[in-house]
Amino acid sequence: MTPESVPTYFELFDLPLSFDVDRQRLDTRFRDLQRAVHPDRFVNAGDAERRASVQRATHINEAYQTLKDPLRRGRYLLELAGIDHNDEHRTTRDAGFLMEQMELREELAAVRDAPDPFAALGDIQQRIGAEFDRLADAVGDLLDTTDPVRLDAAGELLMKMQFYRRLQDEAVEQEVLLEDGLA
Amino acid sequence: MALIQISEPGQSTVPHQHRLAAGIDLGTTNSLVASVRSGVARTLPDAEGRHLLPSVVRYRAGQPPQVGQAALDVAVDDPLNTIASVKRLMGRGIADVRHIGAGLPWEFISGSSAMPLIRTVAGDVSPVEVSAEILRNLKRRAEDTLGGELQGVVITVPAYFDEAQRQATKDAARLAGLNVLRLLNEPTAAAVAYGLDRGSEGVIAIYDLGGGTFDISILRLNHGVFEVMSTAGDTALGGDDMDRAIAGWIMEQAGIRDDAGHSVLRHLMQLARAVKEALTDRDQVEVHTPHGVGGQWSGVLTREAFNELVRPLVEKSLGPCRRALRDAGVRTDEVQAVVMVGGSTRVPLVRQRVAEFFRAEPMLDIDPDRVVAVGAAIQADILAGNKPDADMLLLDVIPLSLGLETMGGLAERIIPRNTTIPTARAQEFTTFRDGQTAMSLHVVQGERELVEDCRSLARFELRDIPPMVAGAARIRVTFQVDADGLLSVTAEEQTQGVRSSIGIKPSYGLSDREIETMLKDSIDSAAEDRDARRLREEQVEADRVLEALRAALASDGDELLDAAERATIDATAARLAETRSGTDYRAIKQAIRDVEKASSGFVERRMNRSIRKAMAGHAIDEFSS
Repeated sequence: MTPESVPTYFELFDLPLSFDVDRQRLDTRFRDLQRAVHPDRFVNAGDAERRASVQRATHINEAYQTLKDPLRRGRYLLELAGIDHNDEHRTTRDAGFLMEQMELREELAAVRDAPDPFAALGDIQQRIGAEFDRLADAVGDLLDTTDPVRLDAAGELLMKMQFYRRLQDEAVEQEVLLEDGLA
Repeated sequence: MALIQISEPGQSTVPHQHRLAAGIDLGTTNSLVASVRSGVARTLPDAEGRHLLPSVVRYRAGQPPQVGQAALDVAVDDPLNTIASVKRLMGRGIADVRHIGAGLPWEFISGSSAMPLIRTVAGDVSPVEVSAEILRNLKRRAEDTLGGELQGVVITVPAYFDEAQRQATKDAARLAGLNVLRLLNEPTAAAVAYGLDRGSEGVIAIYDLGGGTFDISILRLNHGVFEVMSTAGDTALGGDDMDRAIAGWIMEQAGIRDDAGHSVLRHLMQLARAVKEALTDRDQVEVHTPHGVGGQWSGVLTREAFNELVRPLVEKSLGPCRRALRDAGVRTDEVQAVVMVGGSTRVPLVRQRVAEFFRAEPMLDIDPDRVVAVGAAIQADILAGNKPDADMLLLDVIPLSLGLETMGGLAERIIPRNTTIPTARAQEFTTFRDGQTAMSLHVVQGERELVEDCRSLARFELRDIPPMVAGAARIRVTFQVDADGLLSVTAEEQTQGVRSSIGIKPSYGLSDREIETMLKDSIDSAAEDRDARRLREEQVEADRVLEALRAALASDGDELLDAAERATIDATAARLAETRSGTDYRAIKQAIRDVEKASSGFVERRMNRSIRKAMAGHAIDEFSS
């Protein structure tokens, strides 16, 4: 038996190694792969086969979640390029960006006192979303390369995307608090 | 000696055999069993033609318990020994039960495990055992109707059930002697029953308000695949609460005191339910009770007054609806249809509010009481292997985040809610003392930051860590959630590759030993001794393994195995077949392990081939298009 090398998520879905992913293809292939390996297909199989099915289905779910999300997909590409990407040790020197983050955070905290809190929150969420998308557009070009300088720049953008992702989560928390206040 | 028949690839060696399978809706108020016969899924009635089995069990001294309508009929006279709505107690600890059970008549006591017991004249019983009685009754009904032993069942659970509640349900099935093919989420079952996979595509919502639980699921349908995008709910919200609100109103109006006694309270709950049901079609209902402050009391409850009584409950269900939409990343106007499930969706105010919220007319074509059982039956039929060509696939999610207790009593999220299952997450830990050989992990479920606000699932004790200096060990712990939503944990020390053994202490569940004891004590297996039962279990397992292997070899053996590999597998299979006809269950167990070990490479290659096949289909599609 020859051990098969572990395919990348891109190979698993038979997609080109690129930040630009054809979402429709990704979805179709995800469904077909799950149809082939899902535990529901192996209910009457032996233990070993059932275990293998759970592992494969788990792996395919993980791969799908990674390729679906621009942030996770970008980080995965950096990882494949051999770059250790660890948010906790990485900071940005972009003072303007950090300032903007602080301002957005303050705006979020002030939402509850706005005349129409839901409208104010919706406006912030829209701006955060737009910034995230703008960075996701920019990071694609930087990742389709082996140039360490460009990959480093991609890492910086991904870190900024992570900032916006956190703000998005915080905005959702605010929304929940506002709704609870209504109930 | 060739014990394994060989046939042409793709041809089955045995003629198609219909396996008896059923779907069971184990509900708070009523339970049902359904099965696919002649291609149609229908709920099965009892001898009197009743489809709904009230989820009520009455324990009697020296006699077997009564289940269903017979138990419900005497509930008022014997409230202390008649257990209803036991689903609310599944997977709960004594403190939760005292909270949920405020107003319940039963006497709860702590047993040897954290699971509470209910005191009855027939002894102390756990909620798992009470549920097992209901399941046994449905099993008997199905086997009498279908004329044979059930090979497997799909049991439905609220989508919002946590791991402990799921495990408790599975334990109850095991006690009842049922082979569980899958635990299926109730809203997903309803979507299957509606056949929404056929032709329709897009996003749908399933609003499921049952007797004691509320679920909302957002699903995406695509080419036969039901992909659950998010689920939310409330495991303590249902029609029971509406009954309680009406009973409270009657008590207030009739001057009945809170300490009126269990029989009166039970009577009021039944009266309240009748009033609620009558108000579905009528604008007002006359209420009579002999227990008023001056004896007989009569009053009138109008639809409007009823709506005001239950409005807070209906509004409470809309919070989870908002959250489910948000988690799915879907706007209300993207939801194409709302399916209504559960008896409580008959209440006009519920229909009206749900229609307003989703801005869509609710779907009600299938009896909301039966739709879940019907969907479960369809899935059971497919899982049992009766429809080899079915391309329906259900992809469900974990309803609540899984976390680990960290320093300071904080919960660190390891698997976020609404992650598609099966899923796994590995985390590395290290030792903090020199020579440390054990460590403990506390797994919780819930969305809150503090461990004490989450639900405790289990404590895992990792042992056999090789002794090293503090911080040198790298223990990789893998948390695996299977397709039933159940958790298992494995651990390995990375630097030396030593597998740690894991002791599990479920917070509210039963340990394997307790289940073993219950199985021994239960009426069904009292007659036979434990070894005989184990032998039978191993023989069934051996048959399953051999059958699965034979089918796998028949379709892929020639292609994926060389002669030597094939000979090794055949030899272990022959040995298993021989051991299986003996009486030594340990030997059978070992022989099964040998077969699995010998065929593990074959299993992997088959999986890889299925994956390649699934992808090859695309290459052709895309070239030709």
